[in-house]
Amino acid sequence: MPIPHVRGPISAGLFRLLAGSPGDDPAAQAALQDLAAARLPDIEDVIEDGDVQLTLFCLYELHYGGLDGVTDRWEWNPGLIALRQLLEEPFERTLRDAALPYEGPAQLDSAQPDSAAGLDSDAVADILFGLAAQDGGPGMSRHVAKKATLKQLREFLIHKSIYQLKEADPHTWAIPRLHGRAKAALVEIQADEYGGGRPDRMHSTLFARTMRGLGLDDRYGAYADAVPPVSLASVNVMSLFGLNRRLRGAVAGHLAIYEMTSSRPNQLYGNGFRRLGFGADVTAYFDEHVEADAVHEQIAGRDLAGGLVESEPELFPDVLFGATAVMAIDDRLTLHIMGAWDDGESSLRAAVPAAV
Amino acid sequence: MNQNPPEPSTENFIVVCPDGPILVRGDFEIVTPSGEPVPRQRKTVALCRCGASAIKPYCDGTHKLIGFRTEIPGKPGNKVAP
Repeated sequence: MPIPHVRGPISAGLFRLLAGSPGDDPAAQAALQDLAAARLPDIEDVIEDGDVQLTLFCLYELHYGGLDGVTDRWEWNPGLIALRQLLEEPFERTLRDAALPYEGPAQLDSAQPDSAAGLDSDAVADILFGLAAQDGGPGMSRHVAKKATLKQLREFLIHKSIYQLKEADPHTWAIPRLHGRAKAALVEIQADEYGGGRPDRMHSTLFARTMRGLGLDDRYGAYADAVPPVSLASVNVMSLFGLNRRLRGAVAGHLAIYEMTSSRPNQLYGNGFRRLGFGADVTAYFDEHVEADAVHEQIAGRDLAGGLVESEPELFPDVLFGATAVMAIDDRLTLHIMGAWDDGESSLRAAVPAAV
Repeated sequence: MNQNPPEPSTENFIVVCPDGPILVRGDFEIVTPSGEPVPRQRKTVALCRCGASAIKPYCDGTHKLIGFRTEIPGKPGNKVAP
């Protein structure tokens, strides 16, 4: 993806480094680490901090599709890994704080150390479905279905594009970290996400088609400059979980809740686009998710998350963390978008050309 | 519990999901009474059991909205070979 515009001193320092090669300027690299360490304590909420979220987003991107003009040799550079860990620490801490209130009754289960040992896969699925059911409800999806303007539908797609154009990739990192039933479950879900062998059915490909149908740029990261920090955070949380083996329980919980809160909203999203006259080329992405995620939620809840907890009971609290982190971040994103729309404003940072 | 995953084989599995759909995994065809294939986009499918899906025969998650409850013979969620 193209390198985005800087959002503060940390991202500025990173992009200056990335213009060169690893080892070119050790002093600058050390200075960047110091700068980040000095700034972090002053940042009130790293989830809402554009500089931190953009820096993390670009550091993670080195492990995905890469950044235009940046050598792939940076990917495992120890200094950049150290910077990532420095930023991940307060990010994870803030996420845990934000996610905790969403645990509700499930918290009781994880609070007792012995309780997870007795949980079988059906019980884990039950707890996760219970969490998903108390999800605030389809506030945004109802608005998209009934009221959203064309401009708002475009904004909606732009927010989603940061993840959906590489849909499924972050969870794929977890495959080699799992085994047995949980691994088979994740592979089964991911195979479906990637089109079951048909490139044209890949969910990211379907989403790109939806974007083109509304005259949007479908290249990955084309709108990275346009989205607020919380949109970047919603993708960074998946990369954080996926790229840290110790958080494999959180990946399972994340995917399970993601799937469990998807079918109905996607039905409503599809209705919104149909309401404004868009056809199957645009709505195929949403229609596919109504059906696919009704399958995936069963597999993700019982076989992936449940299977994982059966074999590694000590991971149950992280399964809950992953699940509730999605809910917390999604609520913030919805609040941001709906808040802007209620005020008759754009939910994006910068005006986006109406068409490519 | 601690059930091993199904060994790789040509066997088909029907998973009766508690309070949810019927998951069908394996080698099978879905056809109309006259034998016409029902359009199908994926290998493993969830079939509607609550009757409220808008995309029957497939599940669309509506069972969660209508409070659909199942009573399953034996242990909930057990796998039954067809």
